[in-house]
Amino acid sequence: MTSPTDLVHLETDVLVIGAGAAGMVAALSAADAGADVILADRSLIGRSGATIMAQMTVAVALGSETPDDWHYHLADTITAGRGLCDADLATLVCEQGPAAIKQLDEWKVGWARKPDGSIKQTHAPGHDRPRCVYVDFLSTGPAVAKTLRGRVLRHDRVTRIGDLYFTDLVTSDDGVIGATGFSVSDGRPISIAAKTTILATGGLTKLYRRNSASANMGGDGHALALRAGAELMDMEFVQFFPIGHLAPRLVGMDPIMWDPFRYKLGGKLLNSEMREFLNDYGSDEGGRYIVTRDKATHAILKEVQAGRGSPAGGAYLSFQHIPEAQLREAFGPVIDKLAANGIDLGKMPVEVAPIAHYHMGGVRIDTAMQTRLPNLYAAGELVAGANGANRLSGNAITEALVFGRIAGESAAARAREIAGSSWQQQLAEPHLALVNASQPHPDLNPAELIAQLQDVMADDVGPFRTQEGLERALERLAALRQQIGTLPPENGGHFNLERVDWFDLRSMLLVAETVARAALLRQESRGAHQRDDFPGLDDGWLLHQTVTLRGDDLSFSRVPVRAAAVSEVA
Amino acid sequence: MSETASLLVRRGDAGGPKSLSRYEVPYRDGQSVLDGLRYVRAHLDPTLSIRYSCINANTCKECMIVIDGKIDYACTVRLQPREMVLEPLGNKPHLRDLVTEIAPPDERLATAIKKRQG
Repeated sequence: MTSPTDLVHLETDVLVIGAGAAGMVAALSAADAGADVILADRSLIGRSGATIMAQMTVAVALGSETPDDWHYHLADTITAGRGLCDADLATLVCEQGPAAIKQLDEWKVGWARKPDGSIKQTHAPGHDRPRCVYVDFLSTGPAVAKTLRGRVLRHDRVTRIGDLYFTDLVTSDDGVIGATGFSVSDGRPISIAAKTTILATGGLTKLYRRNSASANMGGDGHALALRAGAELMDMEFVQFFPIGHLAPRLVGMDPIMWDPFRYKLGGKLLNSEMREFLNDYGSDEGGRYIVTRDKATHAILKEVQAGRGSPAGGAYLSFQHIPEAQLREAFGPVIDKLAANGIDLGKMPVEVAPIAHYHMGGVRIDTAMQTRLPNLYAAGELVAGANGANRLSGNAITEALVFGRIAGESAAARAREIAGSSWQQQLAEPHLALVNASQPHPDLNPAELIAQLQDVMADDVGPFRTQEGLERALERLAALRQQIGTLPPENGGHFNLERVDWFDLRSMLLVAETVARAALLRQESRGAHQRDDFPGLDDGWLLHQTVTLRGDDLSFSRVPVRAAAVSEVA
Repeated sequence: MSETASLLVRRGDAGGPKSLSRYEVPYRDGQSVLDGLRYVRAHLDPTLSIRYSCINANTCKECMIVIDGKIDYACTVRLQPREMVLEPLGNKPHLRDLVTEIAPPDERLATAIKKRQG
């Protein structure tokens, strides 16, 4: 047992949980506004989460290739969102995106440029014109993360703490007053009193067997928010990236690496008959690459269902029609990395299949990034609304940058209104009791149960859903919840990953249930949510589902969509 | 014929006694050492600690360890159907098993405590 004297207690104006792009920008903008900030991450600052995994495109209406205007970007975003974009939030992303991209440019992120010095923009699926800036085909995210990390570490008012795992938010009658957790590196319990807290923990795609997420994206922030009393929204909408790498085994490369090359070279998606099939699903690409993610995912999985999949259960992606010199020019050193993996693109196709990539739903916030709980804000992939039922390619980093900045400003402004510390240690005690608990579970393997949870979600809460499958998933999730019990396994020690896994499971099981329950309730097919038993859009479902936790039970409600008038955006 | 990778892993908590554990992992062509370690955690021993975040993309750079005497990333070195010796980095403070303290000093809790508590 950890003794109470081991407790580390810190105080701050603004606590930011999660140090990807949204969290780092939030910390910067809160500190710029004069707040004292703690920026904490369960892994290493600026190295965990999804930002560093971002390959290439960042969508923004700069108009440096062809004239553009943020209203056109908004129109494309709303079209991709299949009727469920919150127009006010989507407007923020599109209208304020250019300033965020220029800010990063001033900070020397290194956006790719044309010979005349203007920023290059490429044409990604779902956009009506070239709109996506990038640094390099495979390293835009790492460049963004590195640039922001460099800014954060120069800011005196930001204290950075890695390897810090948060188990619960602490609430009083006045709202959120801080958080509890433990230091992963040495096991010590920790409480942080914060006038305001910003959640920026990213998405939840680790809930799925095949995903493009970091190991720490199991919906931590969703669970923290839900348990504290905040509201989640649109949880049923999990985006599958259609052409995630499947086979042969590829190490040292992100499974979503094929996308930029497909843009650039027009890689062909083929079924087992080596025939292009996207046209069979009413999506005529005409040699270009314009089909949105939800439709391409649908087409690939339907081919597999029909027995025309590749041997590993996906589709072939072929660049064999491209002359070798052009391949070499486009792929550069990546060709050699592929060769080391036994892949010669001139001679063979690779196999690809949909992979869990992004979550459109999340914490419900207003345009100030405020949740319904006083003093609690959220930003980045964690929040719902801007992307509706399907996210447009390139909008994730833009959203993280714009929403992170707004969250930081809002949280700092609110912190200024709170005079003294509102911390009440006794309100943290129940949460610290869980952190300090130590219940030997000799027969429990949390890592194995995480894999089982991922199987449940992949098998029955994936891109295609049925009532039968969703009900089966909910039963299996309940059984897993029984297995983990209510107390974490043996306490203490440095970097106790088994303990981290148990706390992850506690959150993942709760969040997985919100996804499955929301999917079961929505009896239609829209964007990333496809019900085999309810095909097609139903206008009666042009609404958001929200969920809160009441005691131990999830409670669902419906709220209308804040829509934009078509004339405004067309 | 099923082949196995035999992973000989240096175990132990910082400051405590150290030991070696041997894990037999089914070998499949193309897998990484990290795949093997994740197999161990999910099927053989959940108490084995390793540090990783991005799993496959080699962008987080968190999974650096010593593999058969050479410093490398567990996510890019291929698993081999033979004995492989895995140890934590020798030049970083040891935390547990294969995990070392690789964060810059001013991104650690200890530094924050000094800064915040004076």
